[in-house]
Amino acid sequence: MSEIDKDGNENMDVKPMTSSLASVAADAALGKRIPGGQPMGVGLEARGIHAWFGEKHVLEDISLDFWSGTVTALIGPSGCGKSTFIRTLNRMHEFIPGAAMAGEVLLDGQDIYASGTDVTKIRLKVGMVFQKPNPFPSMTIAENVLSGLKLAQLKVPNRDDLLEECLERAGLWAEVKDRLSAYGGSLSGGQQQRLCIARALAVRPAVLLMDEPCSSLDPGSTLKIEETISHLSSSMTIIIVTHNMQQAARVSDYTAFFLSDGGPGKMVEVGPTGEIFSRPKDKRTENYVTGRFG
Amino acid sequence: MTTISAVVPQKPWAKSSQEKLIAAGIVVLSIIATYAFVEVTPLKGKLAYFVSYFFIYVILDSLYSLTTHGVSAAKDSIAKGFITAGVFVAVMPMISILLTVFMRGRRGLNWNLFANDMSVNSVNDPIGQGGLLHALLGTAILVAIALIISLPIGILTALYLTEVKGRFASPIRFLVQAMSGVPSIVAGLFILSAIVYPITKSYSGIMGSLALSILMIPTIARTSEEVLLLIPNDLREAGVALGGTQWRTVAMVVVPAAKSGLITAVILGIARVAGETAPIVLLTGGGERVNANPFSGPMGSLPFYIWKAFAVGTEESITRAWAGIFVLLAIVMVLFVAARFLGERRTSK
Repeated sequence: MSEIDKDGNENMDVKPMTSSLASVAADAALGKRIPGGQPMGVGLEARGIHAWFGEKHVLEDISLDFWSGTVTALIGPSGCGKSTFIRTLNRMHEFIPGAAMAGEVLLDGQDIYASGTDVTKIRLKVGMVFQKPNPFPSMTIAENVLSGLKLAQLKVPNRDDLLEECLERAGLWAEVKDRLSAYGGSLSGGQQQRLCIARALAVRPAVLLMDEPCSSLDPGSTLKIEETISHLSSSMTIIIVTHNMQQAARVSDYTAFFLSDGGPGKMVEVGPTGEIFSRPKDKRTENYVTGRFG
Repeated sequence: MTTISAVVPQKPWAKSSQEKLIAAGIVVLSIIATYAFVEVTPLKGKLAYFVSYFFIYVILDSLYSLTTHGVSAAKDSIAKGFITAGVFVAVMPMISILLTVFMRGRRGLNWNLFANDMSVNSVNDPIGQGGLLHALLGTAILVAIALIISLPIGILTALYLTEVKGRFASPIRFLVQAMSGVPSIVAGLFILSAIVYPITKSYSGIMGSLALSILMIPTIARTSEEVLLLIPNDLREAGVALGGTQWRTVAMVVVPAAKSGLITAVILGIARVAGETAPIVLLTGGGERVNANPFSGPMGSLPFYIWKAFAVGTEESITRAWAGIFVLLAIVMVLFVAARFLGERRTSK
């Protein structure tokens, strides 16, 4: 039985997700659980996450699992703690003065908040793309992409190959290959955001957190970034916060709905994206995804 | 056929020629009225003309606005008049200083100034003999050593305040702000009583540099802090999220992003101390010959040269002093223009 489970997991890692419902059915047949279930021993698992800013309790008891090779969308109205939640997943939460948290986040079974953990190693494995494009202004396009290697003091045999590969995966190579030595700030907003994705990919993270990556972009750039996400999802775990429900429906395999009733944010429901949007179990989720509030 | 090509750009909001004529008329009328007013009253001198012109112009202009556009336009005219006068009052002394220095300083200027020192000449010798090479070199050495001391301390202090944000950040910020108001003579007396009298017992260039550093560090630290605060927090977060330690993020992302602003901070620091006189007079001994060794012997400097030449009071010595002021002011102006240029290049990029 354990043999079969192991094979199943390995298959999951390499197989592109064509249809989320079909894979959920297949997973169910193998005895696996959908996100929110028991520990899986691989991927990223959040266990009972709470978060505070000063005295304010902003996030209450979130438990959520992320499988390798899937895209999970976090949706919900503003202020429900989605961004705070993903910032606990790569320990960026602690960067804000007055922040506190409880619970554990297991990366390949290891708690990233365990004492003695090297936080820079965690952030190498769990990359992040921010809401506003933030290329480093003092660096060229090429230097921006490879900046993670310098920051984390990593050695790679062939930097040019890595540069091309990362820009290619971020869907930017064709547009910038002739001006790699131009400054990152000379690109358009959408290109800058894809540059930031390429920069995050260069340190080869296993998980990519995206905090409303398209909220400041036009529809054309948004489409390009969504294409990038679907290409990347075959090889890594992606967690995306979005306010755009169509985007969640287009790019994600699983969707989690967060809501705050004035107090701390809670997770109302999680499931395969198709189910959340067509047959949500909770009335509040239904109201939100059908646009009746929020 | 379209007539698009016939459309020319216009500015319908611009003043008509009639309005321009009236505005010019008010100016002419004010000048005539000012002249008449000063003639019939016991007022005398240039200042009387300036002040009377200002009030007469404001009254006439606001009366015109009142008759054509009503009360609020008249108030607008009065406010405009006072603001313009304020700008003149602020700028006139600066222009006056620059013109005076240029007019008086150029009579003492010649190439020998930059080739000779005063070791075999006195300040009363005819202009053209001797020079201020010793003072120029002395100022350069004093400022360079002060810069070597202050640059790392000043920038590291700014990094502590903005990046480390340690427990002592707010007392240190308070101290740095208080230090930037320290009178320069206090810095000079401190070095004199703390080092020169008890330890070295002799004047030298390095003592002057130490005093200048006391004045320079707060300037560099404060300006650098302001520049670093302008760097968006997003960049710090991006650096840390890529697996960088805080120190590597600061060194590779934050400081390069703030580079031109930091250069401006350093140049402002140099300009702040280049003309300082009091600590130099107290500490360097003020030599008359070229001395490139800051650790022994008296060292000349431009402020000292100027101070000493003025004190003698003969025609030649005063001409020499003005030439020295000219050179010093030119150096400081070049530094300020360089700071402006480097600061603006950042925003245009």
